[in-house]
Amino acid sequence: MSSATATMEPRAYHLPEEPHLHEGHSTNLGFWMYLMSDCLIFAILFATYAVLGGSYAGGPGPKDLFDLPLIALNTAMLLFSSITYGFAMLAMEKNRISATQGWLFVTLLFGGAFLFIELYEFSHLIHEGAGPQRSAFLSSFFTLVGTHGLHVTFGSIWLITLMVQVARKGLIPANKRRLMCLSMFWHFLDVIWIGVFTFVYLLGVLR
Amino acid sequence: MSGTLTTTQMIFGRLTWDAFPWHEPIVVATFVAVVLGGAAMVAALTYFKLWGYLWKEWFTSVDHKKIGIMYMVLGLIMFLRGFADAIMMRLQQALAFNGSEGYLNAHHYDQVFTAHGVIMIFFVAMPFITGLMNYIVPLQIGARDVSFPFLNNFSFWMTTGGAVLVMISLFLGEFAQTGWLAYPPLSGLAYSPATGVDYYIWALQVAGVGTTLSGINLIATIVKMRAPGMSLMKMPVFTWTSLCANILIVASFPILTATLVLLSLDRYAGTAFFTNDFGGNPMMYVNLIWIWGHPEVYILILPLFGVFSEVVSTFSGKRLFGYTSMVYATCCIMVLSYLVWLHHFFTMGSGASVNSFFGITTMIISIPTGAKLFNWLFTMYRGKIRFELPMMWAVAFMLTFTIGGMTGVMLAVPPADFVLHNSLFLIAHFHNVIIGGVLFGIFAAINYWWPKAFGFRLNQFWGKVSFWCWQVGFWLAFTPLYILGFMGVTRRMRVFDDPSLHIWFIIAAVGAAIIAAGIGAMLVQFAVSIWKRDELKVEGDPWDGRTLEWATSSPPPEYNFAFTPVVYDTDTWADMKRNNYQRPLSGYQAIHMPSSTGAGVILAALATLCGFSLIWYIWWLAGLSFVGMIAVAIGHTFNYKRDFYIPADVVTRTEEERTRILAAGV
Repeated sequence: MSSATATMEPRAYHLPEEPHLHEGHSTNLGFWMYLMSDCLIFAILFATYAVLGGSYAGGPGPKDLFDLPLIALNTAMLLFSSITYGFAMLAMEKNRISATQGWLFVTLLFGGAFLFIELYEFSHLIHEGAGPQRSAFLSSFFTLVGTHGLHVTFGSIWLITLMVQVARKGLIPANKRRLMCLSMFWHFLDVIWIGVFTFVYLLGVLR
Repeated sequence: MSGTLTTTQMIFGRLTWDAFPWHEPIVVATFVAVVLGGAAMVAALTYFKLWGYLWKEWFTSVDHKKIGIMYMVLGLIMFLRGFADAIMMRLQQALAFNGSEGYLNAHHYDQVFTAHGVIMIFFVAMPFITGLMNYIVPLQIGARDVSFPFLNNFSFWMTTGGAVLVMISLFLGEFAQTGWLAYPPLSGLAYSPATGVDYYIWALQVAGVGTTLSGINLIATIVKMRAPGMSLMKMPVFTWTSLCANILIVASFPILTATLVLLSLDRYAGTAFFTNDFGGNPMMYVNLIWIWGHPEVYILILPLFGVFSEVVSTFSGKRLFGYTSMVYATCCIMVLSYLVWLHHFFTMGSGASVNSFFGITTMIISIPTGAKLFNWLFTMYRGKIRFELPMMWAVAFMLTFTIGGMTGVMLAVPPADFVLHNSLFLIAHFHNVIIGGVLFGIFAAINYWWPKAFGFRLNQFWGKVSFWCWQVGFWLAFTPLYILGFMGVTRRMRVFDDPSLHIWFIIAAVGAAIIAAGIGAMLVQFAVSIWKRDELKVEGDPWDGRTLEWATSSPPPEYNFAFTPVVYDTDTWADMKRNNYQRPLSGYQAIHMPSSTGAGVILAALATLCGFSLIWYIWWLAGLSFVGMIAVAIGHTFNYKRDFYIPADVVTRTEEERTRILAAGV
């Protein structure tokens, strides 16, 4: 790019043809950035739990409250839902609409089961007098786990929306792109949950 | 919240007739003025049949240029509000001596200083810089729009929604009385039971969504949509600083969101995050909010560093000295801004080693910042300097900001900070850098890019009046604060006992009045320029610009560039002019553009309504508007047709019109 070459031949300062920017050219990058910003929210909630997780205020601690077999079941539900979402994406790659929809539906069921078990756990805790108001430990526990649950809830609403859209329009590029975004979102929530399971539940019971 | 709810409480929550501050004559008078002014404006818009035009051409537009201008208008309106708060404080502090209580009671005064800070940072500085980046960045990189045009429109309206909530708090209920960062336990329910802190929380949450999304949008735009040939190290410096500022936005605003969620859980759900009892930890809030807050300072200043780089280089007629070092300095500042947050509370008692660490990192930041200053100075050295208005603001910035920066280094020394913490010295320092850096930068940018956006220059006489009023007014208003800070006067005081302090507050009030004259002169400048726009008319490139935005017409057509530009050099337009670039006169093609949509306005309106109902405990309306938001958002995703083509003959007509104007100009 030296100026010597520029004087020899005139530079073309514009493209004669309109370059074709395909639709959704920035979606992947943009969605990744959204996920990372969401990840920061979880980072703050994890940090808050790290600071306040030992502040029982004379109330119950993790050992008194956490029911590991139930949480293991719950974790299995979420991990299975990630696998079945993966199957949905494989079917999508092969343009098989009904298989995609089927796996999405299975994913939804696993997600629903996860939410159901989580709500059961929450209501059980609250019933025992270990609600979010009891201590800073419980405040941060409910907020961290609840925020994750809220994400799964919105992911499920999104999943239903996409199933309707796939049913209506088929696996057009726009819908494939959307399924891809939700896929990243769903796996992201899985990763967050592994953090929750390890640092909140397992370490909580071990400590 | 109580056990037994009456029907009225179920419908209106805690909103009653007493929510209106009947007993505050100042507020009532303001309210009357606002209602009359608002009614006059609505009547005028209806009379001139402008509603349809505004809705179709502006409110629902996804054109980054129009959204940019709307951001600037929002910033300007809120700037007048924020400045009104400032002048009220100056007046109060100048009056409240010798046994006088001044004219503001404590309840009102505490709201005024809180609102001033919140408004100036979130609803003045942020809209101004977002507006500038929105308008200029796509033009500088040769793009037709941003990556996600709908999100851009939505972001703007969310920011506006937050501003609307702050403005409503003036007349309905109250605003926070906690200072602009709302530290608990003061901001907890026990000490702030009324609506003030809730207004604060929801205004910032609604606006924060907009800011985060616009940050993501602009990063994607800069990364993905640069013209062919524009490698990262050929990007204009303003685009570089915008990129870094937006990375900071995306990496810090979620922290603010999460922190405010925790505070609102404490207030709404009775959790114990920041409480004194049940194991809560108020100091954790202070840490969290400043982990967002310090990067925020650099979010504000970095884009303006870019503006000064463009201005200094253009008006010195040279390429920027040390482009590469400028880019690296910007990136260094971006990273370092995350490592200094604790210097805002050295007095918390973290111990000598922690304080030393943060003191040293803070001082290190002044190194890349200093490098930038030398780069600007060396750009001017042996340049053909033209002292047009943008350049005057840039030079004033260099002087003012350097002094502000040096007082900052003083505050970065922990032992010195123990003396100066929360004193008026601190207030003088951060106004010194925010006014001298951010605001002067915004004024430089407005004067510099106004011809780009509207096709005519700003009046120079009134611009100079405004400039000198600001310079004189600024030093008169803030030098006394440095002195008072050394004398031990703390911030946020309403009444004073010591008569020896009085004279300094009077001088500061005079300074504020001169600044007010400067703002008035700027408004006159806008009015006179619009009035005489035909005399001030310019072609595409009034300043002999150097970067790509000057290569197209002023104002640019909807599609920005008839043909996608190809870039060979950092100063693309200067390079094009040097090589006798000829504008293509034929071969126009249809151009692919995003279409307008009303979804952004509707979603933001519902979000604002949801925030309002949460502030007033109107639970049914909060639920309804939230469900409405989800429904509209889902409905919007069923619209697959989001783009259109500008036909080739329309492009041809537009471009031939420009050819005619250019020929007539010669």
